[in-house]
Amino acid sequence: MGAGHAHRLYRHGHSPVHTLPPHTKLAACFAFVVVVVSTPREAMWAFALYAVLLAAVAYAARVPAGFLLKRLLIEIPFVAFAVLMPFVAEGERVDVLGLSLSVNGLWGAWNVLAKGTLGVAASVLLASTTELRELLLGLQRLKLPPLLVQIASFMIRYGDVITDEMRRMRIARESRGFEARGVRHWGVLAKSAGALFIRSYERGERVHLAMVSRGYAGSMPVIDEVTASRAQWSHALALPFAALVVCLLGWTL
Amino acid sequence: MDAVTASLEVSGLAFAYPDGHQALFGVDFRIGRGERVALLGPNGAGKTTLVLHLNGILTGGAGTVTVAGLPVDKRNMAEIRRKVGIVFQDPDDQLFMPTVREDVAFGPAAAGIKGAELEERVRTALELVGMAAFADRPPHHLSFGQRRRVAVATVLAMEPEILVLDEPSSNLDPASRRELADILRSLDVTVLMVTHDLPYALELCPRALVLSEGVIAADGRTGELLGDDELMRTHRLELPFGFDPRSVTMGA
Amino acid sequence: MHVPDGFINAPVSAVTGVVAAGAVAVSLRGARRELDERTAPLAGLVAAFIFAVQMLNFPVAAGTSGHLLGGALAAILVGPFTGVLCVSVVLLMQGILFADGGLTALGVNITDMAIVTTVVSYAAFRGLVKVLPRKRRSVTVAAFVSALLSVPAAAVAFTLIYAVGGTTDVPIAKVATAMIGVHVLIGIGEAAITALTVGAVIAVRPDLVHGARGLQQRLRLRVNGELVDAPAATPAPAAARSSHRKVWITGLVTSLVLAGFVSFYASASPDGLEKVAKDKGIDTRTEKHATEDSPLAGYGVKDVSDARISGGLAGVIGVGVTVVAGSAVFWAVRRRRTSDGVSPSSTSQVA
Repeated sequence: MGAGHAHRLYRHGHSPVHTLPPHTKLAACFAFVVVVVSTPREAMWAFALYAVLLAAVAYAARVPAGFLLKRLLIEIPFVAFAVLMPFVAEGERVDVLGLSLSVNGLWGAWNVLAKGTLGVAASVLLASTTELRELLLGLQRLKLPPLLVQIASFMIRYGDVITDEMRRMRIARESRGFEARGVRHWGVLAKSAGALFIRSYERGERVHLAMVSRGYAGSMPVIDEVTASRAQWSHALALPFAALVVCLLGWTL
Repeated sequence: MDAVTASLEVSGLAFAYPDGHQALFGVDFRIGRGERVALLGPNGAGKTTLVLHLNGILTGGAGTVTVAGLPVDKRNMAEIRRKVGIVFQDPDDQLFMPTVREDVAFGPAAAGIKGAELEERVRTALELVGMAAFADRPPHHLSFGQRRRVAVATVLAMEPEILVLDEPSSNLDPASRRELADILRSLDVTVLMVTHDLPYALELCPRALVLSEGVIAADGRTGELLGDDELMRTHRLELPFGFDPRSVTMGA
Repeated sequence: MHVPDGFINAPVSAVTGVVAAGAVAVSLRGARRELDERTAPLAGLVAAFIFAVQMLNFPVAAGTSGHLLGGALAAILVGPFTGVLCVSVVLLMQGILFADGGLTALGVNITDMAIVTTVVSYAAFRGLVKVLPRKRRSVTVAAFVSALLSVPAAAVAFTLIYAVGGTTDVPIAKVATAMIGVHVLIGIGEAAITALTVGAVIAVRPDLVHGARGLQQRLRLRVNGELVDAPAATPAPAAARSSHRKVWITGLVTSLVLAGFVSFYASASPDGLEKVAKDKGIDTRTEKHATEDSPLAGYGVKDVSDARISGGLAGVIGVGVTVVAGSAVFWAVRRRRTSDGVSPSSTSQVA
C-alpha cells in the first residue's frame, strides 16, 4: 500500500504551526484522533465541526487544500471497503435507488469514512508541518523508548539509501521492458528485493561500524535539547480541547 | 617501546567470519605509547579485520587485545571505544549527522559529556584539523579532503589513547595529503596507520608492521622494511615507480 | 491490512493497544539481550527495508494486490524481539507520516502485523531449523515456510480482532474468507521474497542472519607456517546462552498457543466457506470481497468461483498451518529433549 509513500511529505514553511515544538504537535494530533474516534457516529454534525477545526489548522499552517486532499488518497483502499459495507452487512435493510442496503452497514461505512478521513487528515497535517528529524526528537521527548526512536531514526536514514537503490533497480528493470503483471513476475520482484537488501545492508553496516567505534551503545546522544513553553503547549492543545468540547456535546445532545 | 604499559597489545589473535572465511591466524604485536606505526599488507591480508578487533567490534575469536592495559571485552567496551579512535576509509560512512558540529559532538556526547564542555571538545577537535569554520555545514557539502579531516576530528573529539587510521591517504589530492600528514604529525597520540601507501607510511611512521596471510610477517623500521626487496616481493608490497626508500631522509 | 481510525471500536482498540504496548515492552527487554549494540542500526535497516518492500505491490489474482508484511523477514534477520520492534516502528511511522493506518488503530495494527507475524514465523522458523539438517539451504527453506504461514496467521488475527470489535456487522465468515483467502496468496509472495532475501543475505553475509547463528566452525592458528586448531574456542557467554534458551522456550510456548488458535480457525473457516456457499443462492450480491489492500479491491472479483477458490484455499491452508506448526513444534520438542538428554553441548550455539 504505497501510493503515498513516494510523496514529498514535508512542506517547508514558517507558519505558527510549523514553529510549534514537535512533541506538542504529536500529542495534540494523537489526542485529537482519540477524541474523534470516541465520538458517537450518530452525531454527524460533530464530524463536520472536526473537519472545520482541521481546516482552520490547515489554514494557519498555510497548507493548501489541494495538497491536503491529494494526500488523503492514501485512504482509498478503505473507502473501497466502506463502500462495500452497506451491501454485505447484516441486519435491517432499506431500499436506496433500487438497491437493498443494510442500515447497519450504512452506519458502519459512514463511521469508518468519517473517522478514518479525519484521522488521516490530522496525520497529514502533522507530517506536512513537521520535519522528520523534529518528529523523532518529539517522539523522544514524549518518552517513546529510546530503542524505538533509534530504530525509527535509522529507518529514516536508511530509507533514502533504499529508495534510491530501489528506483535505480526499477529503472533498470523497466528499461528492459519488464513490468510486474501477475504471479509469473513475482520471482523477479523477489530477487530484486534480495539484491536491494544486500546493497542497503552493507552500506548501512559501514555507517553503523563508524557509530559503534565512536561509543554508540544503543542510544543516540542528546546534543540539542527541545523544550516547549507553556504557551506553546496551550497553542498545540487548543485543537484537541476544542475537539473534546465537540465530542462531549455529541454525547449529550 | 619505552612506555611501561603499551598503548596497544595484541596477542594470539585469530578470527574467522561466520561464512567460514578465516582472516586472522594468530596476530601478535605491541605498540608503545606515543609511537606512530604503519600497518602494511596486501589486499585481503586481514588488515580491516584486525582494525575491527582493536575496539571490540569483532570479537569471539581466539587471542586477546589490550588497550592501555585494559583488555577488550564486554565489560570495558565503553571505555575501549573511547580510547581507540578509528577513522574509517570512507568519510561518508563516518559522517552521519546533519552538521559537522553534531557529527563531531556525537562521540563525546555518547560518552556523557554535555553543555559547555561538549562545545569545547568540538571546537578544539575542529581547530586541530583546521575545520572550525565549517562547524555548521552539512558534511556532504564539503570536499573529500575536508570530509576526511572532519572524520579525523570526530575521533579526536573523544581524546583517544590511540588513533587508528584506515587508508588515510586514499582518494586525497597531493595538497590534502600533505595537510593531513601535517595534522597527524602535530598530534600527540599513538597512531596506527593501516595503508597501502608506502611513501606515506615512510613519511609518517618510523616503525612498520607487515601483515600477510593473517599473521605479522615483519616488524621493524619502516625504511629498512621497505628497502628489503625480498620481503616486499613475498608479501605483494610494491613501491611506486621511481621511489627509493633508501634515498629519502626521514624527519620523523 | 492497515486498519484506519474508527474501524475497530474503542474498547478493542484500547485492549489491543495495551497488548501491543506490553508486547513492545517485552520485546524491548528481549531485544537488549538478543542483540548487542548492533540492535538499533540493523533493526533500523530492516525496518527501512520492510518499509520499502511494502511499496512493492504484488499483483494477486483478478486485479487485486497486496503487500509484504515483513514480520517473518524481520524475525529471521534480527530475531523475534527486535523483529516485533522493527515492524512496530514501521507501523508507527506509517501512521504518523503517511497516515497509513490510524493512530488509534495502532494497537490493532501492531498486534496484527507486528506481533502475530513475527511470533508465528519465528516459532515455525526455529522449529524447522531444528528439524532440518544444519545447512544454509535449510535456513532458506525454513524462511520460506515460516513467511508463508505468517501472512494468513495475520489475516486470522485480523479476523479475530474484527469479530470482537468491528464497528460494522459484516458477517464474520465473509471477512474471514476474504481476508484469509487473499492473504494466502500474498503469503506465497511474502514467502518467496523472504526466502530469496534471507538466501541472498546468508550467501554473502551469514553473520547478519540471526536465525542462522550456530553455523560456525573451529578457528585455526598459523604457527610457524603450520595451521593448527586453536585451543578450545571460547564458549559463548553464559548470558547469551540462557537468553537463547529463553527465546526458544518463549517461541515454543507461543507457537503452542498459536497452534491452538490456528486449529480453532482451521475448523471454523471451512464452516465459513460452507456458509458462504449456502448463502450464495439467496444472496448473490455479496460475492464481492473486501480486500482492503488494493484500490481495486472488490471490483475485480467477478464471479462466485473466485470466492470458492479463495475460500477453499483458506480451508486448505488452515489445516496445513495446523499440521505443519503442530508437527514442527512436536519434532522440535522431541529433538530438544533427546539432544538435551544425550549431550547438552550439542545444541549450544556459539553466538
